[in-house]
Amino acid sequence: MRAVPAPPRLPVPSVFRGSDLLPQVEKALAGERLTFEDGVRLFTSDDVNALGWAANAVRERLHGNVAYYLKNRHINYTNVCRYDCMFCSFYRKEGEEGAWLWSVDQVLEHVAPYKNKGLKEFHIVGGVHPTLPFAYYTDMLRALKREHPDVAIKAFTAIEIAYLAELTGKPLRDVLTELKAAGLDMVPGGGAEVFADRVRYKVCRDKADADRWFEVHETAHALGLPTNATMLYGHIETAEERVDHILRLRDLQDRTGGLKSYIPLAYHPDFNRLAKLGAPSGLDALRNVAAGRLLLDNVPHIKAYWIMLGVKVAQLALAWGANDIDGTVTWERIYHMAGAETPEGLTEERLREVIREAGREPVERDAFYNPVGTESEGARGNRP
Amino acid sequence: MTKLLDRAYEKAAAHERLDYDEGVALLTEGDTHVLGALAHARRMRLHPEPVVTYIVERNINYTNACVTYCRFCAFYRAPGDKEVYVLSHEQIGRKIEELLEVGGIQILLQGGHHPDLRLAWYEEMLRYVKERYPVNVHGFSAPEIEHIARVEELPVETVIRRLREAGLGTVPGAGGEMLVDRVRRIIAPLKTTTDAWIDVHRAAHRVGMRSTATMMFGHAETLAERVEHMERVRQLQDETQGFTAFILWTFQPENTAMWRYSKLESHQYLRTAAVSRLYLDNIENLQASWVTQGARVAEISLRCGVNDMGSTMLEENVVSAAGTTYALDGKGIERSIRMCGFEPRRRNVYYEAVLS
Repeated sequence: MRAVPAPPRLPVPSVFRGSDLLPQVEKALAGERLTFEDGVRLFTSDDVNALGWAANAVRERLHGNVAYYLKNRHINYTNVCRYDCMFCSFYRKEGEEGAWLWSVDQVLEHVAPYKNKGLKEFHIVGGVHPTLPFAYYTDMLRALKREHPDVAIKAFTAIEIAYLAELTGKPLRDVLTELKAAGLDMVPGGGAEVFADRVRYKVCRDKADADRWFEVHETAHALGLPTNATMLYGHIETAEERVDHILRLRDLQDRTGGLKSYIPLAYHPDFNRLAKLGAPSGLDALRNVAAGRLLLDNVPHIKAYWIMLGVKVAQLALAWGANDIDGTVTWERIYHMAGAETPEGLTEERLREVIREAGREPVERDAFYNPVGTESEGARGNRP
Repeated sequence: MTKLLDRAYEKAAAHERLDYDEGVALLTEGDTHVLGALAHARRMRLHPEPVVTYIVERNINYTNACVTYCRFCAFYRAPGDKEVYVLSHEQIGRKIEELLEVGGIQILLQGGHHPDLRLAWYEEMLRYVKERYPVNVHGFSAPEIEHIARVEELPVETVIRRLREAGLGTVPGAGGEMLVDRVRRIIAPLKTTTDAWIDVHRAAHRVGMRSTATMMFGHAETLAERVEHMERVRQLQDETQGFTAFILWTFQPENTAMWRYSKLESHQYLRTAAVSRLYLDNIENLQASWVTQGARVAEISLRCGVNDMGSTMLEENVVSAAGTTYALDGKGIERSIRMCGFEPRRRNVYYEAVLS
């Protein structure tokens, strides 16, 4: 089932009539599904204005003038990782200088100051630690739920979860069921990188492959756990591989409807083995947001994750198809260890200003994209 | 969509001159992407080659002593403050040698309004530089020139002639801020009035020097006042054709007396850049402000009317004092330009290609 009904036809401004993207703009406006070839055009055209106009038309039809943000906290519980992804500046090997692992008590200590402060989400992502027992993960979830019953827990990328299945020798379904019983509310979109085998073989060959990533997400959806999806763009992938990635997500969403948002992530070049590539351009950032909006006609939300886009590009992205800017965050390591120059947190007041300056109406949301003040179905569904 | 906006779109697309009301309509109601596309079309008409230029230049701020106390400025120190400095000729020379090592051809020489320095001091500094180094001196904003004229009790044009004879090449557009006296009274009550800023540039053009025009926005001004600023610049350009470029940037509030102002990010920057490209139909070049916006937004602006990436700067003391630090060298600028589908080209102050 298509979650997105056909938008009303708007007149295409005459300045775009000569655009090489006119066929794609018109299809998007007519609510027609874009093809693989259309997608490649979106990524190879220089006309980011026509692209942005079309993505914005779809975005405004879906979400009006609203741009969402939330009060969240990141918990990067460990940076110890059994994998060596080429694009990663965050991971360390066990015992290596700069490696850390928080006990469950340390996790609680880290977030204790935020108790009863209206926090809506914990975003918990770590390295794939080689020796932690499964009980560590469930203990952490239970402890956080006990101390912060009103905060939704979005935790563990598909890569971490696939590893937990390997570790325990249990099927994914059992692992996710146990995590859910311990307090997991949602699965973040990380670890997707670029799905194409060619790319994964070159930059992250040891970790779960694309099929496994999809298995985790499909299983989560079957268990009633919503998830997000990402794409790490701007390293060695081609336009075709980007479109393939996005269309695989569209297929998943056609089957399950469990994806809440799509988040294109810009590769950050500092202190990792792909550093010589440099950072992708600002135009590419907008292209990824807009192409995501236009190709994923069945995914409700497109997120401009300000931590890695930078506040300025994230603000522009709100006019290029994004309807969410993520949250207050306050402590972030994965991108900052890769040279992100953004602050590690923004106040709620500043997030609202940034959204307003873009001519949008800021609306606080919970983890499940319910405006704050309304009952959260996802959280309700998973509460004892 | 209003009739006025419709008409503004049509005129912009037909490359006709926009009037003030149409400019205001574009800036207040225009669709961001339509503005970007119209401005890009105008830029491609003015500069049909797929080229983006930049200059290898160094900023040199010869003093931070200033008696003008602009509320938006984090750079100045009051005379007597222990952090006041005045660069010696040798210090300036060493900075220029660093510039020459990286292939630079120009210095942007600016400073605070020092109460005691006389015209002869500026002339000596210029002669020192010009006798030793093959660089163009792009120097002294209109308020500095007006300040020197006041100290010397000489007419502005006399001061300009003497500075030029001593080696001044071109005049930067700094101090333009917002060319609206209502706003100037709020943000810089002791600084050059709008008319005086215009008069200095007119005089510079009259003696045969080129200059640039700037706009600092995102503080006390209204959207309409931004267009009023553009109108003043356009009028003088009709009269003299002396401006080579227009440069706009967003006010950086940190460490200034105006820290309570909410800092503009990029959305207004991009829209205002696009409208200025359309409104200033008689000024050839529009510069990106990567120093306030960062490389990523500068890249985006190259599709919204901007055709020049400005300068390598080497050091930057004014915006960074206000809490914003972006850095790009020639290599970084060229990479940005290429990633956006353009060919980088080094230029001089007159926007003529130079060998790199």
